[in-house]
Amino acid sequence: MNIKEYLKNNLIFLDGGMGTLLQKEGLLPGELPERWNITHPDVITKIHTDYFDAGSNVVNTNTFGANILKFSYQELEEIVKEAINNAKTAKANSKSDAPKWIALDIGPTGRMLAPLGDFDFEDAVSTFAETVKLGVKYGADLIFIETMSDSYETKAALLAAKENSDLPVFVSNAYSEDGKLMTGASPAAMVALLEGMGADAIGANCSFGPDKLAGVIEEYLENASVPVLLKPNAGLPKVENGTTVYDVTPEDFALSLKGLVEKGVRIAGGCCGTTPEYIGALFDKTKTFLPKEISPKNKTCVSSYSHVVGFGNEPVLIGERINPTGKKRFKEALRAGDIDYILKEGINQQEKGVHILDVNVGLPEIDESQMLKTAVCELQAIIDLPLQIDTSDFAAMEKALRRYNGKAMINSVNGKQESMDAVFPLAKKYGGVVVALTLDERGIPEKAEERLEIAQKIINEASKYGIDKKDIIFDPLALTISADKTAGKETLKAVRLIKERLGCHTSLGVSNVSFGLPERDIINSNFFALALGAGLSCAIMNPYSVAMMKTYFAYLAIMGYDDNCKSYVEFTENLPTDTPALKAETIKKEPDEYKSELQRAIVKGLKEQAQLFTKELLKTEEPLKIVQTEIIPALDTVGVGFEKKTVYLPQLLMSAEAAKYAFEAIKESMPEKSSDEKCKVILATVKGDIHDIGKNIVKLLLENYGFDVLDLGRDVDPALILEETVKNNVPIVGLSALMTTTVPSMEETIKLLKEQAPCVKIVVGGAVLTKEYADKIGADFYAKDAMETVRFAEKINNELK
Amino acid sequence: MEKECFKVVSSYVKFYPEPPINRKEILRYAGAKEETKELKSILEDCLSKVCGKLSYRVCFSEVPVKKSGEMLDLTFLKTESKDLGKNLIRCQSVVVFAATVGVEIDRLIERYKRLSPAKALIFQAIGAERIESLCDVFSEEIKARLKEEEKYTRPRFSPGYGDFPLEKQKDIFAYLECAKKIGVSLNSSLLMSPSKSVTAIIGISDCKMENENSEPCKTCKKVDCTFRR
Repeated sequence: MNIKEYLKNNLIFLDGGMGTLLQKEGLLPGELPERWNITHPDVITKIHTDYFDAGSNVVNTNTFGANILKFSYQELEEIVKEAINNAKTAKANSKSDAPKWIALDIGPTGRMLAPLGDFDFEDAVSTFAETVKLGVKYGADLIFIETMSDSYETKAALLAAKENSDLPVFVSNAYSEDGKLMTGASPAAMVALLEGMGADAIGANCSFGPDKLAGVIEEYLENASVPVLLKPNAGLPKVENGTTVYDVTPEDFALSLKGLVEKGVRIAGGCCGTTPEYIGALFDKTKTFLPKEISPKNKTCVSSYSHVVGFGNEPVLIGERINPTGKKRFKEALRAGDIDYILKEGINQQEKGVHILDVNVGLPEIDESQMLKTAVCELQAIIDLPLQIDTSDFAAMEKALRRYNGKAMINSVNGKQESMDAVFPLAKKYGGVVVALTLDERGIPEKAEERLEIAQKIINEASKYGIDKKDIIFDPLALTISADKTAGKETLKAVRLIKERLGCHTSLGVSNVSFGLPERDIINSNFFALALGAGLSCAIMNPYSVAMMKTYFAYLAIMGYDDNCKSYVEFTENLPTDTPALKAETIKKEPDEYKSELQRAIVKGLKEQAQLFTKELLKTEEPLKIVQTEIIPALDTVGVGFEKKTVYLPQLLMSAEAAKYAFEAIKESMPEKSSDEKCKVILATVKGDIHDIGKNIVKLLLENYGFDVLDLGRDVDPALILEETVKNNVPIVGLSALMTTTVPSMEETIKLLKEQAPCVKIVVGGAVLTKEYADKIGADFYAKDAMETVRFAEKINNELK
Repeated sequence: MEKECFKVVSSYVKFYPEPPINRKEILRYAGAKEETKELKSILEDCLSKVCGKLSYRVCFSEVPVKKSGEMLDLTFLKTESKDLGKNLIRCQSVVVFAATVGVEIDRLIERYKRLSPAKALIFQAIGAERIESLCDVFSEEIKARLKEEEKYTRPRFSPGYGDFPLEKQKDIFAYLECAKKIGVSLNSSLLMSPSKSVTAIIGISDCKMENENSEPCKTCKKVDCTFRR
């Protein structure tokens, strides 16, 4: 019988610990237990048999760490083959007459995925894929992914299982003392991710005893519409009479688990410290139970690496600012590959209070699929908000969804057959909540009823893929009222109809409504209020618009989503007033230690003040004069202080940041590039090295001094550095290395540059370098700190003139 | 933590509450000798962002140490390191441990690299101070416990110190199961993720170390070190 069929009406009993038992049989610390499949098949088979006899329906093969990182392919194949054979022998030997299955056990790789570690997501997928393929080849009945403490690695493993087999997949995560995964995911976030990707059963194992995992597993039961599994430890280890024992007895273990089975756990077993005795006790206490019915939860939600955002209660704000449409500066940033600009838009919107970030980087002249993937990876490295992947390029959509660490929002599908044919398979494979626009081959219907019909058509088509309507959010499209006076009314009607007739959530790109009108904020925020009143679940909006945020917070307070109106009051306290908070005249003048207030602000590292005083000065002075007589002298004061060790590194950086703010004010008032612009400088941390704080400090200071810095990032291939140097005709290259192990790669880069671009001057720096070493590897200059790099660059720049 | 834990060959995990914050150390790691008004304000801001976000975990085990000729045998690793040998003179066993403050500090550092290099520097410094403080708490705990048994500990010693090769990280990671136990893994260049993690060996002896109270910096050969005290 298929295990998925059996699961419908029965509890499933798993096995218990393997490692503890092997240690008892003589496995040495540090020895790889997977080899015992070959060297001690009798021991492994006996353990499996004991579990089957105790009542287990499923035993996991002894393949926890069996992957191509630890073993050669040849040995890996042998291990997986023998591991499955041992389990098969046990199955045949067992006296139990319960149905039995063999699960291919897959544990974590032991490597941390990028960006937290250096293991690429696709490398993780292919590592798992090798083990999965062998499991299929040698006849495993299901795949059991377990003890995963990182959501991203869990996704890689599940993807590998799905792409390389048709077997049922159970996925189990290991939670920390705070009830989250090591890398931050809540149980609800894991439910969203794993259910979205089609795991057949999900849950938790290892870490603690059953009581301490109760909270985690209850969160699973609340959110999951698939069977929930639990495989706890026998409590915590302690030592009695010189041997390790666990502090929960088989009896107590079984009693605790019984309670959780009554609450809805359908698949139960044990992890570290549990033995056939524990499983036997569990089996005895629960074998007569009928499994609790699983009710579909119908929760519409998306997730990030840390948490879920649900739809249906408080309205959800989706920040629209990561989108080049109509934004000159954003387009420039995209063309220049300036990811920092995109990240800052993300962070700023998060600080304004949005719940989800829309990510659109489509521009005709760039490779959208590469850029979207990069943007998604970079954003999810530093921002914990769920992302909405916004593209009409389906290849880009797939790349981004694949790399996304969670359950994404997908923007968008529409009623055109071509669109549905492309988007639904991706939504099915990677999971996600799809935003569906109510338009089709005929365009956008005028009437709300017709938009409703398209919505129904989309639901029907999605169901062919097994995508439930809870995973579709309809965007009935806000059209421009200046072009059609009934447009606003019909859209609001469609929001209401979709909610009432289809029971579905809706989203709107609110600001379209006011296109072509003056003071658009007035229309937008009022339309937003009306749409919320009509039942709108989420809006793609501009969080920098105070009017929109006013509507949002007022709505929360009015509709009872804001206890004691706390959020509303907080919001009003921070509302911008008509008079700016910071005024040049109101800042207390300090003794005349500095030549001007601007210089003082820069030296002291006061960003806002530096910008403000620059703007004041711009009223009377030429921009370039301010740079030469105010900003640069102030920077020099700090720079010299740093060289004399009277100013410390943090202060140097704070001043540099303040100067950057001053420069931004200058730039705004300068129409074109200045005539005395300095030369280009390439910066990179060499191949193999991921440390970039030092490089970033150098970048900031060089930019302060007017250099045009091309930052190639970290872990940069020598060939790329050469290519960019030649392509951009760059006279100075700065290389950084922090580790002794990566200095050879610096040497290699210098050698290549000297051969192919002999004119270029190379400056090197980093903790492990010395002047002698820099000379030895052929660098032109060794800079002991950022200021020395600036001085060197100025010297070369003057020579060029 | 059970007292008997130290008598078996297996790795244990312990979670710690937040160790007290040492602002002076944070400033030292950031390269500042004093706390100016401006520095104070960004330090406060950074500390408030770290507050409650870190988790303090240690996994550890005790193993006997044997010496034959130049070779030190710690059961799970063998080394000819003279510097470690010196550190472990007259030690009968060692506690080997791995400690981490978790991934969130790495995320903060990455985030602020983009927003404010000055704050990124402060977060780096906070991370360094946090993990060292955790190691101090752990080491002191071991020291206090062993004192009851009239045993004494040596200063902790990590791979990469002196001639003790960084390569030995691999043995420590395999033995302690750091990835599984506390979520720390080793990357291809032998760096740890999360970055604010430490592995080290603490020698245990039944005799006191000679001039135990002397400054550790004085015995170090790197005289131009910025951190020399």
